Amino acid sequence: MTDSFEPVFDRTPGVEEHGPTVSYLSYSVGLGLAILATITSFVVSQTDLLWPPGIPVGLIVLAFAQIGVHLVFFLHLGSGPDSTNNILALAFGVLIVFLVISGSVWIISNLNSNMMPMPQ
Amino acid sequence: MLGRLTWAAIPFNEPLPIISVAVVGIVILTVLVTITVKGWWPYLWREWLTSVDHKRIGVMYVVLGLVMLLRGFSDAIMMRTQQAIAVGSAQGYLPPDHYDQIFSAHGVIMIFFVAMPLVIGLMNFAVPLQLGVRDVAFPVLNSVSFWLTASGALLINASLVIGNFARTGWWNYPPLSELAFSPDVGVDYYLWSVQISGVGTLLTGINFVTTILKLRAPGMTYFRMPVFCWTALATNLLIVAAFPILTATFMMLLLDRYLGMHFFTNDAGGSQMMYVNLFWAWGHPEVYILVLPAFGIFSEVVATFCGKALFSYRSMVWATLAICILSFMVWLHHFFTMGAGANVNAFFGIMSSIIAVPTGVKVFNWLFTMFRGRIVFKTPMLFAVGFIITFVIGGLTGVLLAVPPVDFVVHNSAFLVAHFHNVIIGGVVFGALAGINYWFPKAFGFTLDERLGKASFWCWLVGFYLAFTPLYVLGLMGMTRRLEHIADPSWQPLLLVAEAGAVVIFGGILCQIAQLYVSIRTREQRLDLTGDPWNGRTLEWSTASPPPAYNFAVLPRVESIDAFWQMKRKGRPQAEPAYEAIEIPRSSPAGFVTAFFAVVMGFALIWQIWWLAILGFLAAAIVVLIAGWSIEREHEIPAAEVAQMERAR
Repeated sequence: MTDSFEPVFDRTPGVEEHGPTVSYLSYSVGLGLAILATITSFVVSQTDLLWPPGIPVGLIVLAFAQIGVHLVFFLHLGSGPDSTNNILALAFGVLIVFLVISGSVWIISNLNSNMMPMPQ
Repeated sequence: MLGRLTWAAIPFNEPLPIISVAVVGIVILTVLVTITVKGWWPYLWREWLTSVDHKRIGVMYVVLGLVMLLRGFSDAIMMRTQQAIAVGSAQGYLPPDHYDQIFSAHGVIMIFFVAMPLVIGLMNFAVPLQLGVRDVAFPVLNSVSFWLTASGALLINASLVIGNFARTGWWNYPPLSELAFSPDVGVDYYLWSVQISGVGTLLTGINFVTTILKLRAPGMTYFRMPVFCWTALATNLLIVAAFPILTATFMMLLLDRYLGMHFFTNDAGGSQMMYVNLFWAWGHPEVYILVLPAFGIFSEVVATFCGKALFSYRSMVWATLAICILSFMVWLHHFFTMGAGANVNAFFGIMSSIIAVPTGVKVFNWLFTMFRGRIVFKTPMLFAVGFIITFVIGGLTGVLLAVPPVDFVVHNSAFLVAHFHNVIIGGVVFGALAGINYWFPKAFGFTLDERLGKASFWCWLVGFYLAFTPLYVLGLMGMTRRLEHIADPSWQPLLLVAEAGAVVIFGGILCQIAQLYVSIRTREQRLDLTGDPWNGRTLEWSTASPPPAYNFAVLPRVESIDAFWQMKRKGRPQAEPAYEAIEIPRSSPAGFVTAFFAVVMGFALIWQIWWLAILGFLAAAIVVLIAGWSIEREHEIPAAEVAQMERAR
């Protein structure tokens, strides 16, 4: 038996780790950014701050920013030794969401274009 | 006070459900009285109901699946009998309303409460053992998952006697399933029981993805994992990705029904086609959720009983992962005839044909493993051979159905019914039965009776072909599915053959019950003292049968695939290892109690007893919070005790 195996595997499930692994600062920054993104989207949608046709685009950008904040500050993506797993899981999730949403939009819009015109 | 619930909910005027419920009630009462008289409750509560041991939970899942198989099968044989006799002027013995409930319940039960528990149960039992670890990542959550699944099963069985079940088919398509056309509790029973068990399934998915990615024996890299663990990983990734779609879709339908919203209604901007689309966006991955673990079981069984390493392990893994992704790109083939244009149908038709390629790779891998192997025809191996033949036929009719013009001809016909039973019985059911025969000695420490096991295999195989080959022919003759009455008398001979097939399958089920009974009675003669009754290759066979609560006294060091085979070839070390104290998770009543309140909540929601629903939800939430904040979650087995248990092997 050699000792070449690194102790990256838990010996027992659910072993408690002592002390917070990530500092409270990161959570506070994340919370601040998340609130900022939320307030900004309300402001953008309720005021004339943006050029009105650009509002949906602005909201989409803010939504992605929100997702990013959550991933980085709350789910700690990209930090820690086994971020490969997390990145792969995220990629799988993004792929599936993309397939389901784009497929559904394609299917339903195709059905819609094949419908008989509605009587006006 | 009691919402929609009145005495009228109990169908006293219909003899069939009342009699069957009375019989089942007497059986349950006898079991409960026996347990009480014998004083088994403390043991049951301590060792099983509150157990968070993955092996115990796995066994309970399989028991749930087998019990529900009896329910689903009795639905099946009732339908077969109705179709065989209700021809021409004869009306049969089932009124249309009852018949519609039966085919809906049959589908829902067989998918959600038979196939899923069997597959998840076998994963629960085998995956941690194969990975060489002591439990899953979240043991208490695992118990919660199981009991939520059992809650769903309980609710669906309650519909037999209190109220009624959906008459919508297991797809539950709107507008038929909307409030306007299904105003009573049937659809609500379906939706809430699947919602509750669906939460359990999703938690299982998270639990197993975490377990497989994070907990493995030292040295077990990804490409040293047994194939069953790979298929379990793919299945649980699919569960995590697909089940939220189903939950969201059903929740939208519930909002339509309960709050008058318009997601899937015909008016006010709703679209019932969106329901069909979303249902199958879950539904097609679901069939791979079921069949991938079966593929994994057959991979283990074939390698073990041929005495050879699995042919082309890597291609097996890549085929599994390819199926995992491709299964999300084919769902439209379930509704080619809904009205999509030729380009959409062509894309999904081609993708559906492409997904047969990795499956074909797997079939060739099994065949090449058998080629020049020393095949031992034990019951699991017989199921594997029966599976390969049957599944290839089912797969080929599937490729046929993937061609949109062909699908337009046989859509919703008995041909389709024959096709998916061909792959689900030939794949999932045979896989589960092979897995049960294969791992039973590991779980209980004695082997199952081979003679009765083989008899049950032959009954299942012959019965399957007798029951479903006629349906292929009938489908081509124009018979549609879900017929309560057969107008064309020329179909009757084939329907009688199908009925005979169902009876032969029933014989197979009886053989299995007899097999269990005989094996338990003669267990002293069939003890498995080595822990390795089949000359196995993977780590679960390296520990005792049944495995101790901690699975492995010393975590195995893995240096290759087929880790245990490698260890056996190198010879066991003579010196006794230094045992350490082992922490194992404590039993927790959280799962059972949460599920109890989930049943209360589900029942109250179905009958619209709002105060009770709120109480049930709050109680379940409080139990979850208490369990989540508990600190004392493990207890320690001292090193001396471990050493004593290991020396007793």
